[in-house]
Amino acid sequence: MDGLAFLIIKRLFYGLLTLLALSVIIFFMVELLPGDTATSLLAMGKTEETLAAMREQMGLDRPAVVRYFEWLGGVVQGDFGNSMVRGVHTSKGVSDMANVSVISIISERFMNTLFLATYAAVIAVPIAITLGVLIALLRNSVYDRIANVLTLTSISSPEFFLAYILILYLALKTGLFPAISTIKDDMTFFESLERTFLPALTLVLVCIAHMMRMTRAAIINLLASPYIEMAQMKGIPPWKVIVRHALPNAWAPIINVVALNLAYLITGVVLVEIVFVYPGIGQILVDAVTLRDFPVVQACCLIFATTFILLNLIADVVAIVTNPRLRHPK
Amino acid sequence: MSSENEIILDIKGLKIDGFTGEQWLPIVKGVNLQLNKGEVLGLIGESGAGKSTIGAASMGFSRDGTRVSGGTINFMGTELTTASESQKRKLWGAKIAYVAQSAAASFNPAHKIIDQHTEAPTHHNLFSKSDSESDAVDLYNRLKLPDPDQIGFRYPHQVSGGQLQRAMTAMAMSCRPDLIIFDEPTTALDVTTQIEVLASIRDIVDQFGTAAIYITHDLAVVAQMADKIKVLLKGEEVEEAPTERMMKSPKEEYTKSLWAVRSHQRKQKTRPENSDAFLSINSIDASYSNGPKVLDAVSFDIYKGTTVAVVGESGSGKSTAARCITGLLPPSTGKILLDGKELPSNFRDRSKDQLRQTQMIYQMADTALNPKVKVKEIIGRPAEFYEGFIGKDLDNRVDELLELIEMDPGEYRDRLPPELSGGQKQRIGIARALAANPSFIICDEITSALDQLVAEGILKLLDRLQNELDLTYMFITHDLATVRAIADEVVVMQNGKVVEQGPKTEMFTPPHHPYTDLLLSSIVEMDPNWLTTVIEKREGTSS
Repeated sequence: MDGLAFLIIKRLFYGLLTLLALSVIIFFMVELLPGDTATSLLAMGKTEETLAAMREQMGLDRPAVVRYFEWLGGVVQGDFGNSMVRGVHTSKGVSDMANVSVISIISERFMNTLFLATYAAVIAVPIAITLGVLIALLRNSVYDRIANVLTLTSISSPEFFLAYILILYLALKTGLFPAISTIKDDMTFFESLERTFLPALTLVLVCIAHMMRMTRAAIINLLASPYIEMAQMKGIPPWKVIVRHALPNAWAPIINVVALNLAYLITGVVLVEIVFVYPGIGQILVDAVTLRDFPVVQACCLIFATTFILLNLIADVVAIVTNPRLRHPK
Repeated sequence: MSSENEIILDIKGLKIDGFTGEQWLPIVKGVNLQLNKGEVLGLIGESGAGKSTIGAASMGFSRDGTRVSGGTINFMGTELTTASESQKRKLWGAKIAYVAQSAAASFNPAHKIIDQHTEAPTHHNLFSKSDSESDAVDLYNRLKLPDPDQIGFRYPHQVSGGQLQRAMTAMAMSCRPDLIIFDEPTTALDVTTQIEVLASIRDIVDQFGTAAIYITHDLAVVAQMADKIKVLLKGEEVEEAPTERMMKSPKEEYTKSLWAVRSHQRKQKTRPENSDAFLSINSIDASYSNGPKVLDAVSFDIYKGTTVAVVGESGSGKSTAARCITGLLPPSTGKILLDGKELPSNFRDRSKDQLRQTQMIYQMADTALNPKVKVKEIIGRPAEFYEGFIGKDLDNRVDELLELIEMDPGEYRDRLPPELSGGQKQRIGIARALAANPSFIICDEITSALDQLVAEGILKLLDRLQNELDLTYMFITHDLATVRAIADEVVVMQNGKVVEQGPKTEMFTPPHHPYTDLLLSSIVEMDPNWLTTVIEKREGTSS
């Protein structure tokens, strides 16, 4: 078991290293964007002097490396800095900007995004894997082809298009579900579920196809293995052969695709959020980019990067744990 | 009527087609087969004889891409050609069991051995799980598996190949079937392991009076195992007779030719006196990526124009030695001298001429040839690279090389590897090595994937080429029959060390190093009583 723990610790370490490298990339990519918060804030009324004064006040005149380490130091302690823009709209002067921390802007929205992602995942993952197994069992039949056509269609349609279709049929024409998914704190859990059903369904439709096809492919890939033939020759019925003999050896590729899709559910849903007016983190990111509110952009990017790395890490660990060769070394 | 003559399997006029990707072609063309209760039938033939297909068909199992197109298969009153899948599934595992060639691949890596053992008995409701588990331990005991109480609770990758093969035999026995199909169960094993597995399979089949079909391409093996032997050629029966009679007086020409294969033996060349070694390996150590030592102070010399056979079982380090010589795996210490000059240990540091001199032929011609490249390019590339042939000269050189390996240039020049037979592919591998105009060729198990008749043709060709082109060979093999056929000198390796070396005649006459002795005494001989004698002798000396 030492070997397994070591492998997992090694993966964790690599994950942290990747995250650190990404933080560098994120910070300096943002630096490379044309203009800065000062130019965007002052907009038309800027002169060289006001710009310089503003930059000095915001600390933008110091070298990027220094600011990077300051930022990183804060991030490690859970402090993503303060928004450079939000304060302006609400308060009287520039001096008030420091009052709105990035965390307070993001955290609630991020929880919303997580809620929606979990909602979609809880529906999509079991259905995708079950369907994948079924389709593998019925491979090359009519059902297989129908599933193929349907999943290809849903993969290839843009998610906002799917979203509008769902709104048209499930909200406007039939009134089954609300078309606008704004959720509020005072809603009960079930109200929230009902409110967000359509965006969740859109996401389910988009990501289910990918996971299902991978499950099918991973299982079919194994069906030519001698141990599958051996199981058949023991008189085991086909469904049991697939569930008991193929699926346990197919987890690694399936889990990887599931992880990628979960990451997508968190980081790639901005279009769906906009269509359904859902207060998620995607909208915040888009707004922050437009306003050149760099601390928010950086924080969002870092959260997305962490999501990807964390989910892939979990996928790796699950792949290791489901591999008996690694779990039970010689 | 006595139960001994009760027919349990009756196959009449069995025809099976295989799908080639374009059309259905016959693989089995009308074979009859009868098996009595408790009888062992040996099915023998070369690849493509259809023996494995018949094996699967005798349990009513059609592999993907095959279909039964005629005939009847009657197993204990059930007609398998017309039975439904669920009817057949009731028989499979319970009444008919199967033992596959590669136990390592046929055990599911995700489950413990014993859980796979108990799967069929519990599924068919014949035993409870705990009864089946204790029965498994009993079977492991009978099959002389080490640590029988615990071994089943390991995962397949934690158990060696020979042990897995016995565990699979135990698994086939788990429901006490009436018939077991053994499909080349020892082909993938080392000789010293094979003998133990053969003995335990024979004992257990005997103890339970199970009927068996034993499929193999190895005559000597089938002679040990079967009561009667059926010889197959290209999907048709050649002849069938009780083992003793078949071994002593085969009737058909084809059977006689099979029997005669092992007779090829050439005259041993003696080591030239007063001459230096052509290739000299001086106490090399090697390991893969800082792992344990795979080679430990290995030294041997190879003389110009001779063939040195390097023998040993899997894991003995013989292929690693070849990788060191070619520079693919630089040794950690030690030197390799070619023609008196030291070779740089890494192939990247070697000159083009040094690279040209040592060429290699691989075991799996299938994977060693790019399937998308024509024969003339496969052979032409080294001729162009090393010898600088271009244009018309290159075409002529390719033709010359094809003639050298006894293949008609006009017919084969433009073919792709998938359009060639196994033996032809291996010949192309030889031509590719010759194209560099080398002086030294390493042959890594080049005949072990080939049928005996084809392998013999390759060995004869190599022999002729050696005489015509003054080539020096290093021949890596685990098959002592091959060594006997072509070697001048022999190097025996075990666990990364050279345990014995010398001229062939010396190696095959006692006294031997104990390991050489074990290897030699493990070669299965044609005498049907051989296995019994050897096992008795070994048990006699060990107790």
